[in-house]
Amino acid sequence: MIEARNINKIFGEHQVLKNVSCSFEKGKTNLIIGQSGSGKTVLMKCLVGLFEVDSGTVIYDDRNFTTMNFEQRKTLRKEIGMLFQGGALFDSMNVEGNVMFPLNMFTSQPLTEKQDRVNFVLKRVNLENVNRLMPSELSGGMRKRVAIARAISMKPQYLFCDEPNSGLDPHTSGVIDHLIQEITEEYEITTIVNTHDMNSVLSIGDSVAYIYQGELWWKGNKETILHTDNKELNDFVFGTELTSRLKK
Amino acid sequence: MIKVFTTIGNYVLLMQKVFSRPQKRRIFWDQLMTEINSLGLESLGIVAFISAFMGAVVSIQTAYNITSPLIPMSMVGFTVRQSVILEFSPTVISLILAGKVGSRIASEIGTMRVTEQIDALEIMGVNSANYLIFPKIVASILINPVLIIFSMWMGILGGWVAMVATGLVSTNDFVQGIRIDFAGYTIFYAITKTVFFAFIISSVSGFYGYITQGGALEVGQASTKAVVFSSVIIILFNLVLTQLLLT
Repeated sequence: MIEARNINKIFGEHQVLKNVSCSFEKGKTNLIIGQSGSGKTVLMKCLVGLFEVDSGTVIYDDRNFTTMNFEQRKTLRKEIGMLFQGGALFDSMNVEGNVMFPLNMFTSQPLTEKQDRVNFVLKRVNLENVNRLMPSELSGGMRKRVAIARAISMKPQYLFCDEPNSGLDPHTSGVIDHLIQEITEEYEITTIVNTHDMNSVLSIGDSVAYIYQGELWWKGNKETILHTDNKELNDFVFGTELTSRLKK
Repeated sequence: MIKVFTTIGNYVLLMQKVFSRPQKRRIFWDQLMTEINSLGLESLGIVAFISAFMGAVVSIQTAYNITSPLIPMSMVGFTVRQSVILEFSPTVISLILAGKVGSRIASEIGTMRVTEQIDALEIMGVNSANYLIFPKIVASILINPVLIIFSMWMGILGGWVAMVATGLVSTNDFVQGIRIDFAGYTIFYAITKTVFFAFIISSVSGFYGYITQGGALEVGQASTKAVVFSSVIIILFNLVLTQLLLT
């Protein structure tokens, strides 16, 4: 479980996060939703330590991440996998090199064992015979799946996904969503997904936190989100032509 | 002024992160070999071309300026040797490498920054500054002196070819000039300068790449800054090192 307690983050004179407190449960797909610029990516980067919080604490299963030094964080980060918006695959390495990178860096396993693990995780994300391809030769969906494979190669306890559906067609988005949910349940990990895609919310939102102008505005799940009387959330949820028609 | 001090402070802080023990020796070794190839060996062609032609030009200009019959033609070889070893190879070639290698380092690391590849390294628990910049610095420090020695050879060779081809100076005179009052210390001076310049090129370019924020436009700007500031710092240190080592 990951807990954010009273997180504040300020850039210059602009306060991006205002006293955000939220918990993300183990074995569930926890979604952070909100409009562009609402602060959800900043919140995720604060949770993983890419941004330092100005005040507040981040707790990983009773371990205070905020007070950890560089070495302690380094140890904890081996338990973290992250899927970035664009995949963030290393351009200079092929698919196998990308997925094997954390294993090369942090384990002393023999090469055959590492290759077995790479093939296993690639198969898990439904990618086979792509080991020798370079990132530039992959489609958007394949890049995301390779990035997921890399994120789970070290058997993480925590998985962070920053807008995993951005730039993907609805079908591929669904495939990625379900893959994230399956992996979360299969390995009992704490998964946090940043998204503004309502399809994702309704299909995998075990827990949903709505961020509005830097504040935690609402918390619920995919069942309750459609029946709330929270005006700002309703504006977000039913903000598209399709969803507003469905509501009517 | 505050901005200058902030930049210097950030550079020092980054170097603190860069100069730590690599996490895996094997990976560091592989990276080092790759960087020696891409930063050094791939520059051999341009170094050879520029050195040979500059050596030729220096020798022709020197021969053209010797009008007094009291000055022996062997002075052409002597002048080419001194100018190539003392200044042309270590400084001018380093400035050219600042353009070629510096822009490459800054754009490579800058692109990794804006495409979140550096964030991905950090999330994995990798010291990204050490992983990305340290092998480049070590590779530059190791391979640049080799390039400079090669440049010296090519410069003198270019000068000799130009003299033989134009018939201005005989091979005998040219070789005699090269051998007049040769002091091995000049090579030490040139190599010392080269090592300093190699560190400046790789660390300054790595710094500007690493702090890039934004997109393609900012990567281009980082690349330009890397070349400009590396060149300016090389010129300043050239004066300081010359004062320290030759007086």
